[in-house]
Amino acid sequence: MAKHAERTIIRIEDLVFEYARDGEPGPSRAIDGVSLDIQAGSFTAVIGRNGSGKSTLARNINALLLPCGGAVYVDGFKTSDAASIWEIRQRAGMVFQNPDNQLVSAIVEDDVAFGPENLGIAPDEIRRRVDAALGAVDMYGERKKSPHMLSGGQKQRVAIAGVVAMRPKCIIFDEPTAMLDPQGRAEVMKILGELHDEGITLVLITHFMEETVGADRIVIMDAGRVALDGPPAEVFRHVGEIRAMGLDAPLAVELGERLRKRGHYIPYGLVTVEEMVAYLCR
Amino acid sequence: MIRDITIGQYYPGDSWVHRLDPRLKIVAALVFIVTLFVIRDFIGYAMAALALAVTIAISRVPLGFMLRGLKAIFVIIVFTFTLNMFMTDGETLFDIGPLTVTREGLYNALFMGTRLVLLIMGSSLLTLTTKPIRLTDGMESLMKPFGALGLPSHELAMMMTIALRFIPTLLEETDKIMKAQSARGADFESGSVIRRARNLVPILVPLFISAFRIAQELAMAMEARCYRGGEGRTRLHELRFRARDAAAAALGALFIALVALERVFADTIYGFLHII
Repeated sequence: MAKHAERTIIRIEDLVFEYARDGEPGPSRAIDGVSLDIQAGSFTAVIGRNGSGKSTLARNINALLLPCGGAVYVDGFKTSDAASIWEIRQRAGMVFQNPDNQLVSAIVEDDVAFGPENLGIAPDEIRRRVDAALGAVDMYGERKKSPHMLSGGQKQRVAIAGVVAMRPKCIIFDEPTAMLDPQGRAEVMKILGELHDEGITLVLITHFMEETVGADRIVIMDAGRVALDGPPAEVFRHVGEIRAMGLDAPLAVELGERLRKRGHYIPYGLVTVEEMVAYLCR
Repeated sequence: MIRDITIGQYYPGDSWVHRLDPRLKIVAALVFIVTLFVIRDFIGYAMAALALAVTIAISRVPLGFMLRGLKAIFVIIVFTFTLNMFMTDGETLFDIGPLTVTREGLYNALFMGTRLVLLIMGSSLLTLTTKPIRLTDGMESLMKPFGALGLPSHELAMMMTIALRFIPTLLEETDKIMKAQSARGADFESGSVIRRARNLVPILVPLFISAFRIAQELAMAMEARCYRGGEGRTRLHELRFRARDAAAAALGALFIALVALERVFADTIYGFLHII
């Protein structure tokens, strides 16, 4: 994880977003004044309960939704500026929750080529990118298959390859593992780690606390606002607050907390199971 | 299992015919069908059958596979055959009860039957040797010139691509809904036709809602991947007219020339016989 000079790639300034809802007089506010700066090459996990505004936040980053108040910038481009919308979507790719409903073509490699084709890239360059992207998610052997022959985890890896082939600077994952079995979930999380190592900026929207522990930074959303924000070791000091927001602490943090209550000395900052095991078995 | 379904009737292979430019194959199939209607006698059909047989042999599609396609329209062939046999006036050959078989009738029946069989086999060879998705690419490319007349060739092709992609997904969805409704006591197997049709409503309504939801999610995913219509789009699989396509086109032209020659030649012969 080579840290280059800190550079903001996504800047969210006092973002407000409101939905019009049927049967209700006023709009309902999904995001209520969120400001975040995301550094290039970082891995940020955004977590929150259903309705906390985390998915709405994700869709605001690549201009699928436009702010009602405040502004969002991606690599210097403002999302509300209609002229730069394609620049933004190429720079900030997005992987969605449902592995089925984001694949366009009945052949894996054609689907991965869909994004580059939209960008108007030359065919032999598309071929190179498609092969590289499929290799990166370990799906090259399945390139001629039809998506409906693949498992959920494999489909989600194809979806990731489709975004990687567009060479984005950052990728936003909107609950990519929510519909997968544990094995598929592990596959996808492994790829996230690899993309992070390659220096791609990652934003992971999730409601599995366990998935946030590998991130550099955790943002906890509650009722459309940022409730907690910081590196995992920092955020998980506030276990009480996290529980009050209806979320669970990760296993290692929970264990540390309980051992502490029993009077054992456990340092804060042990957030992954591996770290905890290493400490306990030292 | 629902996962194993194949769409269309593509026969996987890597033959010379499989690798031809889909545009050429579409045009060739159309030309072949037109030729079948131009041909007026059995000499012509023998030539067409020979050309088709050679193409099938090169494509390495098993004959059994081809004949399976004929099974579906077997009834139509039999129907056409019988109708032609009994309904044509002319020189009586023999009688079956009240029905009379004429020489002209038998000739017509055989003629129409041959035409139908060749027609079906010729057109199914196209779908057997071309993946649905490549067929779509070919159609898009062929329809492009009509864009000036307002034909949305890219949009039509994209719709077909998405339809091909989502047929299995929607089948799975249907399966799921049927199971869910069966678990609640819905009955899809018994009762009259009308009752059974009515019992399908609890499947169709959720299926439609589900299809709309899928469409919405897919549209968003496509937009997120910078989809903005056919303008300025490139393709991974560029259709290229290669040497082998030119060779195939030349062979096709030779076939048309021979059939045309036979027809002209036959006309002179018949005329000659008539004078004598």
